[in-house]
Amino acid sequence: MRRPVPQLRLWRRRIALFISVIGPGLITSNVDNDAGGIYSYSLAGAQFGYLLLWTIIPMTIILYVTEEMAARMGVVTGKGLSDLIREEFGFRTTFFLMLAVLAVALGNVMAEFAGVAASAELFGVKRHVAVPLAALLVWLLVLRGSYRLVERVFLVGCLFYVSYILSAVLAEPDWMKAAYHSVRPVVEWKLGYLVALLALLGSTVAPWQHFYLQSSVVEKRIPRERYWETRADVLVGSITCMAVVFCIIVACAATLNKAGITHIQNAADAAHALRPLAGEYASALFAFGLLNASLFAASILPLSTAYVICEGIGVEAGLDKSFREAPIFYWLYTALLAVGAGLILLPHTPLVRILVLSQVVNSFLLPVVLVFMLILVNRTDLMGEWRNTTPRNIIAWGTVLLVIVLTFALLYLGVEALGVVGGQGSR
Amino acid sequence: MIHVTELLDASVYDAQGNYVGRVRELCLVPTEQTNRVARLVIARGRYQPLVARYDQVAMAVPGSVRLNTGELHLDTYHPDEGWLTVRKDVLDQQIIDLHGRKVVRVNDVDLVEVAVNNHMELRLAQVDVGLHGALRRLLKGVVPPNLIRFIQKGLPTRSIPWEFVDLIEPDPLRRVKLKLPESKLGRLHPADIADIIEELPPAEREAVIDSLDKETIAEALGEVKDELQAQIIETLEPERAAEILEHMPPDEAADVLAELPAEMASQVLEDMSRPEARELAELLQFGENTAGGLMTPDVFASVEETTAAQVINALRGSEVSVDSLDTIYLISTDNVLTGAVPLGRLLLATGETPLGQLKSQQLIFADAQTNERQVIDLFDKYNLRSLPVVDAEQKLMGVITVDDIVSRLWQRQA
Repeated sequence: MRRPVPQLRLWRRRIALFISVIGPGLITSNVDNDAGGIYSYSLAGAQFGYLLLWTIIPMTIILYVTEEMAARMGVVTGKGLSDLIREEFGFRTTFFLMLAVLAVALGNVMAEFAGVAASAELFGVKRHVAVPLAALLVWLLVLRGSYRLVERVFLVGCLFYVSYILSAVLAEPDWMKAAYHSVRPVVEWKLGYLVALLALLGSTVAPWQHFYLQSSVVEKRIPRERYWETRADVLVGSITCMAVVFCIIVACAATLNKAGITHIQNAADAAHALRPLAGEYASALFAFGLLNASLFAASILPLSTAYVICEGIGVEAGLDKSFREAPIFYWLYTALLAVGAGLILLPHTPLVRILVLSQVVNSFLLPVVLVFMLILVNRTDLMGEWRNTTPRNIIAWGTVLLVIVLTFALLYLGVEALGVVGGQGSR
Repeated sequence: MIHVTELLDASVYDAQGNYVGRVRELCLVPTEQTNRVARLVIARGRYQPLVARYDQVAMAVPGSVRLNTGELHLDTYHPDEGWLTVRKDVLDQQIIDLHGRKVVRVNDVDLVEVAVNNHMELRLAQVDVGLHGALRRLLKGVVPPNLIRFIQKGLPTRSIPWEFVDLIEPDPLRRVKLKLPESKLGRLHPADIADIIEELPPAEREAVIDSLDKETIAEALGEVKDELQAQIIETLEPERAAEILEHMPPDEAADVLAELPAEMASQVLEDMSRPEARELAELLQFGENTAGGLMTPDVFASVEETTAAQVINALRGSEVSVDSLDTIYLISTDNVLTGAVPLGRLLLATGETPLGQLKSQQLIFADAQTNERQVIDLFDKYNLRSLPVVDAEQKLMGVITVDDIVSRLWQRQA
């Protein structure tokens, strides 16, 4: 006979487990819509109106498929992405990949502080005050160990994106046109168009977020039987993320683009998109949202990059270790914040260009990281029956190919544009 | 000393100096000898790889290996699961550093050369987990080995002697074939084992737990984070889980049991010996954050008339856990708590003193329903090391010890 087990504590356990599993995907996707993201989406809407909306559906699929791969690897192997790359590809490959990750992360950290600077200027605060203050704040918040709390607070701050949804509706956009362009792909082989396209892709499917997501999943120790919950979480995260992107583009198309503002020069321009909702308070609302997004990403990105790199090269990492135990970890973290914030303070730093270009560079790294992920996720000895299915492989390899083609096209057009300028100068 | 990085892909020449191929892998055969490089796998492009035995190697220097025999005497290579391969199984993998008591990643492996008769044996001396190995891996093939050695002169080394290394082989079948020496992990303090377990990915974690005996696991498990405890137990067979839980302090075992899926929990209870199972089932009635949930029923109690000498004798013969033994509780014949005698006072008293005369003036106790906060307050206010827990009729049920309180406080803070 089986003894009955008291049920008193069991229900509590269930709820706690559910809350603990829901999260990594949603958080990752929201960190994704950081300062660089908001600007890239705004730029896309302002410059090309509804034209780029066709990217939303394919990018949602790409985002979900690639994030799901990372999450699955995390659950099945219990190891982070950089750990796996190190174990399967050796030290040297890992080292150079980590260098690239570091460089791209630095670009993103700069973008976050550019976001801080931009929102500070809207509030009338000098960037030389705001940026160091923000860097110090983030550094202290994270090192004091209240990182999880910080994460929750910023996640709530992400409700700001709702204002874009409302603004998109209130701006009375041409919904027919929006719907039409959502399903009709347009590819223009022009420099500006490709920059906008790759910035969109690089900010929504940022390579670093795959590292971050996989580590979060590992840290949560989600067992295989509960993997479906993580997959649901990733799916919800991807869709929410892209819904926000859609609304920002529509809002910008219906306001900025309609009003003829096709080039966003500064934050005040970008804030126009929120006028239908907030009227004269649009600037303040935009500044708040941008600041929240920037600080959110700034508190996660440098930390997760330091983790990823230390794990990859095999040195100690972790906030529970002392500085003496994990010097490289702490130095990396501090240097990313200090250098990222410092570069923004240099005179004549073009904020908007940094914000957008950092996202373009993201998309350069994306195929590289995806290739590593694809090789790993298809290994029978690692994944067993959890290997990639063929449709997923087709989508992911297709993405790799597509991004490489777009990147080379962009580089070609970029060089050509420079060449033309140089040729004219010599004449 | 020579490094594995310097030998991998090194050119191999036979006794006459003819080129044979390149070193692809260094293999140990643990069943023969635990630290000798027993086989060199030599890749020859599109031809089948060859294997050189340890006694066929005449000399090994960075970048080149000389054999003492001809190519014809070498065997062709067939993969063997029982061989421990350095490049695949050790390099870049996580190992347990028994000396530093943590999990580290291997950058390189250092070998010592030992001349035996007419051949040269390579023995694993230590694994490099520091900058030296990293730099060697990075610069290999780009910078000549001697220059690398020169550059590294001033850098700090970080390496672990091979005998302090515990390899983690997640595949149980392979583990049997390799006949890895008995895990030395069990010699560490349970708290250190717990830290290591927390750091490992699931498959490696199971491998480590498999290699430990049940007492050690029970102790280590007590130190592991709560949410991980149940996950670990869940991966075990119910029988083994029951054995381990029996060796844990009942209050901790109850916490683990409460976290298990109902199906597994009842099966584990069924597999446990009867008194222990009943004890646990009783503990499970209490909320986790009450005195009842915090206490362990392992408590030593006696009636007031017993003399000091009798109690000490009784203690010697009992199985009471030393951890919770710092106070003897006094009870009436119907189990009602009447007093408490600190162990120190008992030791200093003469043998024939009855316990009733030794009890402290104030008796502090908590009802099983008291909440955690109030319990902590009691410990703080009265500087307690242990607190007896009673039911509604003041019958003694168990005791809360200060170590439980410390870990609770720590969890609350985190």
